[in-house]
Amino acid sequence: VKVLAAMSGGVDSAVAAARAVQAGHDVTGIHLALSRNPKSYRTGARGCCTIEDSNDARRAADVIGIPFYVWDLSERFHEDVVEDFLAEYAGGRTPNPCLRCNEKIKFAAVLDRGLALGYDAVVTGHYAQLRTGADGLIEMHRATDMAKDQSYVLGVLTQEQLAHSLFPLGDTPKPEIRAEAERRGLQVADKPDSHDICFISDGDTGGWLGEKLGDAAPNKGGVIRDEDGDVLGSHEGSWRFTIGQRKGLRIGTPAADGKPRFVLDIEPVSGTVTVGPRESLAVTGLTCIRPLWCGTEPSAPLEGTVQLRAHGEEHRAMVVPAGDGFGVTLLDPASGIAPGQACVIYDGTRVVGSGTIASTSR
Amino acid sequence: MTVYLDHAATTPILTEAAAAMTAQLGSVGNANSLHASGRAARRVVEESREAVARALGCRPGEVVFTSGGTEADNLALKGLFWSRSGEDPRRTRVLSTMVEHHAILDPLHWLAEEAGARVELVVVDRLGRVDLAAFRSAVEADPESIALVSVMWANNEVGTVQPIAEIVEIAHAHGIPVHTDAVQAVGQVPVDFAASGVDAMTVTGHKIGGPYGVGALLVRREVQLTALLHGGGQERDVRSGTIDAPAIAGFAAACELAVKHQPELATRLTGLRERLVSGVLERVPEAAFNGDPVNGPDHRLPGNAHLTFPGCEGDSLLMLLDARGIECSTGSACNAGVPQPSHVLLAMGCDDEQARASLRFSLGHTSTESDVDALLEAIVPVVERARAAGQTARSSEKS
Repeated sequence: VKVLAAMSGGVDSAVAAARAVQAGHDVTGIHLALSRNPKSYRTGARGCCTIEDSNDARRAADVIGIPFYVWDLSERFHEDVVEDFLAEYAGGRTPNPCLRCNEKIKFAAVLDRGLALGYDAVVTGHYAQLRTGADGLIEMHRATDMAKDQSYVLGVLTQEQLAHSLFPLGDTPKPEIRAEAERRGLQVADKPDSHDICFISDGDTGGWLGEKLGDAAPNKGGVIRDEDGDVLGSHEGSWRFTIGQRKGLRIGTPAADGKPRFVLDIEPVSGTVTVGPRESLAVTGLTCIRPLWCGTEPSAPLEGTVQLRAHGEEHRAMVVPAGDGFGVTLLDPASGIAPGQACVIYDGTRVVGSGTIASTSR
Repeated sequence: MTVYLDHAATTPILTEAAAAMTAQLGSVGNANSLHASGRAARRVVEESREAVARALGCRPGEVVFTSGGTEADNLALKGLFWSRSGEDPRRTRVLSTMVEHHAILDPLHWLAEEAGARVELVVVDRLGRVDLAAFRSAVEADPESIALVSVMWANNEVGTVQPIAEIVEIAHAHGIPVHTDAVQAVGQVPVDFAASGVDAMTVTGHKIGGPYGVGALLVRREVQLTALLHGGGQERDVRSGTIDAPAIAGFAAACELAVKHQPELATRLTGLRERLVSGVLERVPEAAFNGDPVNGPDHRLPGNAHLTFPGCEGDSLLMLLDARGIECSTGSACNAGVPQPSHVLLAMGCDDEQARASLRFSLGHTSTESDVDALLEAIVPVVERARAAGQTARSSEKS
């Protein structure tokens, strides 16, 4: 089949493209230009929008022997990912832009354009596995290399999107991918993994948000208080905080019991930040909105596991579908959970679906 | 089989030029050495200089060999700006146009940022031709303050030929030197340095069937230029660097042939281009032909066919044609391979969407009817596909 290989310039997407060629597909490499002005985003080789990364992707395509183009998706990326990221933070939530990018850009804007241009699928270097289930539906499972598993950031994909996706790396541990890149003569074999948010060039999310949101009125500042309502200090913008944060609170008076304090809650309208001891962070219930199901929407409560952040741990949970969302009862309590984070539901290794956490209960 | 319709980007090297170049590659001799080998190399360079001068209507001493068009443009703009503003510090303005190549716009931008130049880009009409009335009033507003004028001979994207004679007349009335970038014009339309009246002109090898990495700035003897590259002072003391005799020999051979065959090539390419444009418009009636529709050396480059395909992304079209072995260009500037809407089309009054929906097909000395026919055969399914893909990548109506 004709496939588009989304090539970031990193080792994973290069090997994925090479494997797609080896599998007999007619592959075209594309690099997504996500920033109108690459300099304003990354300057090092750590993200996915630099000139250097684009050149690395081009060289990998040369070595693999496939055509290569750069697609400008900067406007879509800005509207759908960057602005959403800012709006979520401004609202006191903690979004994951990678899920958003997969949902709106890689497996939507790119896939739609590819399908219209005569391609059948998009191949990426994500670590996840696709299988056809007994019911004929495509199932997405965790990668065999749990340390690299990326099924969490793909939890937003629907059956239609999965039907047009290929993840050739899901059955292989990362060190073997690097060795394979080396064998295939790909120069990116030893390029470091990217971890940070690709559009924040120096990795300083707080500083970047400060620059973008600093003057947004509701976030100008507020008080820091404890669970009893006693004011302990003040701050210059609630976007500087995430739930579960311990460092950088800058509270003068130590807690009575001398234990460290953590951010428990952020009230974006008043700017009030509530802090308290670690025990108070434990969350046992979640309400999720914007549900997206990889296959059929479950009609009955489901006992499975949920993952609440990228590379986070699994929590045993009971998931109860409820109209335009779902409720989650955590059998293993989680801590440091913030609204805005994605809750991805698993049945064993299979991804059932995902939602955005709207509220938590303790 | 590749159908190459991107001669404005670069055109295949002429057999004679390759032969002239390779004949020199095996010879030792620095053209500035004093011994016999040096003199032999020098002789090749000077004969090449004379050949270029004959072909382009200048004196041999007016040919300054460079590494190509970009270096020649930089030397002309910065060299003239520094020397003219050095003579009279009031001369800080530089007049150019909105539709120049980046090899002009970027040095001008740099001069504005770093050297205190006040750059004024004169507007163009819908055909891409400079507005002479606007140019005249910009000059006459304060001629004493103008360091130089630079206007391209013919536009690289839409092929529109600029009124160089009128530009020269207006500028020279006030003693202002004129530079022109003629890299697209040589070999396609008649170009004569002395007859044109310009003071400096950029030409390059690989656009006329010569090798890459060599070109020249033709510059009148009496014009003072400040050097960019300092060193041995090999080229008239304004351009240093060991002289590349093989490349220069190839360039000169190409230059002679391109000029000699220009009239018949222009006639042949005009015919092919008309066949291409009318064939496309017949099959894709909503497409539009850009630039000056009138043929002739004062109007447009014969080999250029610039077309807009409404509702399509130029880079989708390019990719689909490329998959069928047909090579063309979106004609837009490439920054890290990121397609930007063409500044030329925007200056001509196109909106962002039209500018992105355009393709440049450019014909040259190896073009044939079957190249054009291959394009005509492919264009309908390609446009249908690209239209279906639409401009999806930029609108978020789905979200």
